[in-house]
Amino acid sequence: MRRYLVIALPYLWLLGLFLVPFLIVLKISLSDLNLSIPPYMPQLDPSAGWEGLKDFFSQLDFENFVFLTEDDLYWKAYLSSLKIAVVATLLTLCVGYPMAYGMARAPSEWRPTLMMLVILPFWTSFLIRVYSWMGILSNEGFLNQFLLWTGLISEPLVIMNTTTAVYIGIVYTYLPFMILPIYSALEKMDDSLLEAAEDLGCSRLQAFWLVTFPLSKSGIIAGCFLVLIPSIGEFVIPSLLGGSDTLMIGKVLWEEFFNNRDWPVASAVAVILLAILVIPIILFQRNEQKQREADG
Amino acid sequence: MPANGAPIFAPWDDPDAKPLIRFENVTKRFGDFTAIDNLTLDIYEREFFALLGPSGCGKTTMMRMLAGFETPTEGKIFVGGQDMGPIAPNQRPVNMMFQSYALFPHLSVYENIAFGLRRDGKPKDEIHHRVEEMLRMVRLQKFAKRKPHQISGGQRQRVALARSLAKEPKLLLLDEPLGALDAKLREDTQFELMDIQEKTGTTFVIVTHDQEEAMTVASRIAVMDEGKVMQVSTPDRIYEFPDNAYVADFIGDVNLIEGRSSAAIDETVQIEWAEGQQAITAQTQRPIAAGQKVFYAIRPEKVTISPDRPADAVNAAQGKILDIAYLGNLSTYHVQLPTGQVIKSQMANTRRISRRPYTWEDQVWVSWTKTGGSVLEG
Repeated sequence: MRRYLVIALPYLWLLGLFLVPFLIVLKISLSDLNLSIPPYMPQLDPSAGWEGLKDFFSQLDFENFVFLTEDDLYWKAYLSSLKIAVVATLLTLCVGYPMAYGMARAPSEWRPTLMMLVILPFWTSFLIRVYSWMGILSNEGFLNQFLLWTGLISEPLVIMNTTTAVYIGIVYTYLPFMILPIYSALEKMDDSLLEAAEDLGCSRLQAFWLVTFPLSKSGIIAGCFLVLIPSIGEFVIPSLLGGSDTLMIGKVLWEEFFNNRDWPVASAVAVILLAILVIPIILFQRNEQKQREADG
Repeated sequence: MPANGAPIFAPWDDPDAKPLIRFENVTKRFGDFTAIDNLTLDIYEREFFALLGPSGCGKTTMMRMLAGFETPTEGKIFVGGQDMGPIAPNQRPVNMMFQSYALFPHLSVYENIAFGLRRDGKPKDEIHHRVEEMLRMVRLQKFAKRKPHQISGGQRQRVALARSLAKEPKLLLLDEPLGALDAKLREDTQFELMDIQEKTGTTFVIVTHDQEEAMTVASRIAVMDEGKVMQVSTPDRIYEFPDNAYVADFIGDVNLIEGRSSAAIDETVQIEWAEGQQAITAQTQRPIAAGQKVFYAIRPEKVTISPDRPADAVNAAQGKILDIAYLGNLSTYHVQLPTGQVIKSQMANTRRISRRPYTWEDQVWVSWTKTGGSVLEG
């Protein structure tokens, strides 16, 4: 009995904080826009009894989902978010892998310090860090002032309010999520494997591609998903650093909720976003599972 | 072992034989620590050579210098007459079997063995042929498709051996190859290693801290301590004719008696070793000066135990039995002399014990012959 209680707690947590809110959002997405508080109908009225419940369900429909397929803004936003997220993930991998590799190859007394430096930015609010990028990237920002001072450029670079700024923001923000899994895969690798590869005739570079890289594959996959999944729905970075041409679904969702006050359509956007994210999340879980089996 | 009439394999006794490996005044320092101290050593082709010593004696450093993972601070290493100094590990005609086996966990047994061959860019069917041959040799054909984590420790050890032999190296280095196996499997594998070494004709250099293993497999053993080679010789000479007290003590069980020697007359010396005890008469070929401090080393199995003083014994002493260790095939007796010194004697249990001939506190005599022990300079 007590065992069930222990298991029940996390399940209750998931039920209360994930499943119930999701069902509410799902319900709103099936409702119609209405000028009321809350701004949609039908509302469930428990006092109406069985008839009221039947009436309530009969009013739910997929109208909002059909609307999403009719207006090309939405699927363009989904595709554009996916594209930005994929590109940003690959960029993060290119920046993160060498850093993780350097950390894993560093003398062991240095590793905790390097690890600390990777995690340190988390101690400052995410919003503040994104705002400070505005200070760096804007036309009168530190980067342009520095480049103008060195004489490399004569006109300030326009980075702020472009998709480039969004890429920079995502790479910067999610870099630790890329570095840590790759580092942990590289760190537990036995150094004698590289010596064995060399002993069997590999050059250093070959040894990297034939041994180090395949052995860090699970870390790379984990890191990529950890960056990809939150980036698809990212809202703060595109709205603060991106321009009007940066189309991301997180921003569309926000505007639908707060500018148009169209809760049902916004909920439908959120439900589809979730459905899209389920695929990489399942792939990520399978990768973790496979890794555990290989380690076991 | 050579058949009757075949010449005994002993290139180290042949002054014309060219060594395959030569360490020439090699010194290796790590910071202040001297791992290898001015070491000179020859190893010949087809030898099964063991580097034996306690951990930290420098034996692994020597092996890593041969493989190219460490470079000597001073001195030179030659393999087949070629100075190995400027040659990178991946260019050396040397392969190594690692203590951890270092099998690539993401590759199958087959791919592990093929790894080195593929780097040489050999044709596909030749690689396949060689891998199959190697799998047959280590009897792992059925496991070719498994990953290293799907096979047992003993099988992993055999994969590591097959992988390191696949490229037909001139020299195979084995770093504690049997360290991770349990006792029974270890014994079987030792004989398997000797078999494979003989079949392939490859020169093997094995690093081990297990003297029994070294004695079993090796044609010659180098006993090392603190970066120095204490003695290089065949297993029987290392055991029976140790050069110094360190080797005598490190290999097997020994009674070490300290004393002062008389000058040698007809290769015979008298060693005064304790007040009131008869001097030990011993044969030696070493030039011992009168009054020189020496160690007399005698193996327990060369010490006989008897209730009375044997009439013909050259060396004998009386004492009482302090301890008896029954080992099944042997019994070891610890006999305490009136001087307080304990002499170990080992007797084969050739008959089943219905009653022990000796028991605790018995007064007995220990005796040994003139040639039984070694006189070592202290």
